[in-house]
Parts: sequence; structure tokens; C-alpha cells
Amino acid sequence: MLTLTCPYCGVAACETELAPGGEAHLERFGPGSSDADFEAYLFLRQNPHGVHIERWRHAMGCGKWFHAVRDTVTMEVFGTYPAQTYGPPEEIVAKVRERHPDWQVPEGGA
Amino acid sequence: MSEVTVSEAGPRGMVTIRGDLGEIGRIVAGIAGTAVPATGRVESAGARAFAWMSPDEALLMLPPDELAEVLGALNAALAEHHALAVDVSDARVIFRLNGPGWRDVLARLTPADLRPAAFGAGVFRRTRLAQVAAAFWLPEAQVAELLCFRSVGDYVRDLLENAAAAGPIGPRPD
Ligand SMILES: [Zn+2]
Repeated sequence: MLTLTCPYCGVAACETELAPGGEAHLERFGPGSSDADFEAYLFLRQNPHGVHIERWRHAMGCGKWFHAVRDTVTMEVFGTYPAQTYGPPEEIVAKVRERHPDWQVPEGGA
Repeated sequence: MSEVTVSEAGPRGMVTIRGDLGEIGRIVAGIAGTAVPATGRVESAGARAFAWMSPDEALLMLPPDELAEVLGALNAALAEHHALAVDVSDARVIFRLNGPGWRDVLARLTPADLRPAAFGAGVFRRTRLAQVAAAFWLPEAQVAELLCFRSVGDYVRDLLENAAAAGPIGPRPD
């Protein structure tokens, strides 16, 4: 069972109170973009074996979207942070690097 | 059913407040006569309660015969703000769990942390009850009130009555 703390409520919400939103911080390619960019935006994801930044919605709670950084292998949660940003805060990156010293924040999605 | 009785609370006026609570919280609280609820909490005064729902949403609960006057005062006071106060009394239904076993009844149905340290008086917990969204709080000792959409009211009543009929579970934390 995955438990994520909603950064708006402070509630430790279990997975069943949340709705998953997939990989976070994708760069959107819309009208006017190349077919390759549009395809990548729609379909290509990192699906990492390890550290992953995801979007989640506190569906059975405050209803807000937020971000979570977790390890898909160990299920360790490194932290959660609000949606209105382009990347994880420094303290969460530092926490990830305690486990994975070489980890870099992925750039612009897939 | 000896430990807890499940009943539908009578009609209650409910006003949803949308807006930046940091900006309008005190205006609403002034009209409601309560304090401003902190994140995840509810403040009450007499039969009125002002509950935090999300960073930009709150719910005001009050006796139905006070609703028109309060709603009018809210709309007047919020006219110059980017905010909304709307009568949603028909949207939701409130159930009361009365008796020392209320914690066991809820624990059968929700993943929320119900230990006294996490859920006590003043906490307004929005969560999941079996398959639907719900919120609950403790308006008085040994009474829990539970709020859900009226459209799933029959389902929630069955859930609560079934869970209450099953009696206590394990050693109780209180
Ligand atoms: Zn939340």
C-alpha cells in the first residue's frame, strides 16, 4: 500500500484515496508541433525502474493535484509537493540522492 | 447495534464557500460567528460549523431557518472579492453515529487514520467510505457526524448500519 501525504491537506492519504495521474512535468506539444514531438508527448513515458516523479490527485479528499517522488522498486516515498511548479524542490532532490547519488531530475518528460 | 446507533441528521443548511480562504476566511467566520478553521479542521459555535474542505473551499453548516439570512450577508460581504457562496443544502446528507463504538464503525469502512491522536475533536477528515467520498468529524463526545453526497445516501446508510450491527472490533484505543 502506497501512502502519500497531500501537500495541501497534510493528510497521509492511502493509494485508494488518490487518483494516479502518471508521469509528472511533461512538456506539452500541441498544435503546430512535429508529429514526433506530439507522439512522444502523448505516448512515450520513462517508466523507470527506480526514482519516478508522478502526478497524483487527492480525489477522496481536497481534490487537488500534487506531485510525488518515489522509488518504483522499493516503494520508498521521497516526498510530495504542490502542482504549481516545474520540478521537485531541492530538499526532495537531496533526499533522493542520499539513496541514488547520481540521480538527475529528468528533463521535459520523455 | 447496541454500541452505536446510526441515524440521518435532520435537514441542515449547507453553504459552499469558494475562494482564497486566507483572504475571505475571516469575513465568512465573522458572519458565521465561528473561528476560521485551520487546514483540515472544523470550527463550530452552537449549531453552526465552518469546515475546511480544500485550500479554496469551505463548507458552512447551519440550521435551515438561518440559511437565507446568512447567505444574503455572505453574498453582500463577498461581492468585492473573487469568491462564491452558494446554497448546496440539497447536495449532501449528514448521518450521525451515536455511541462509544463510532470509531469501530468508521474503521470498517475507511482507510483514514482513526487513532485519537490523528482523529479527534476539531478534525474534519475528508476521505473514502467504502466506494464513495465522505467526510466526518466529532461535533460532541461519542458522536460522529458523516457527510456524503445525497445521491449515495442510501448506499452509505446501508454501509453504516451494517458496520454498526457487527459490534466492536478488538481493543479500543479510547
Ligand atoms: Zn489533499
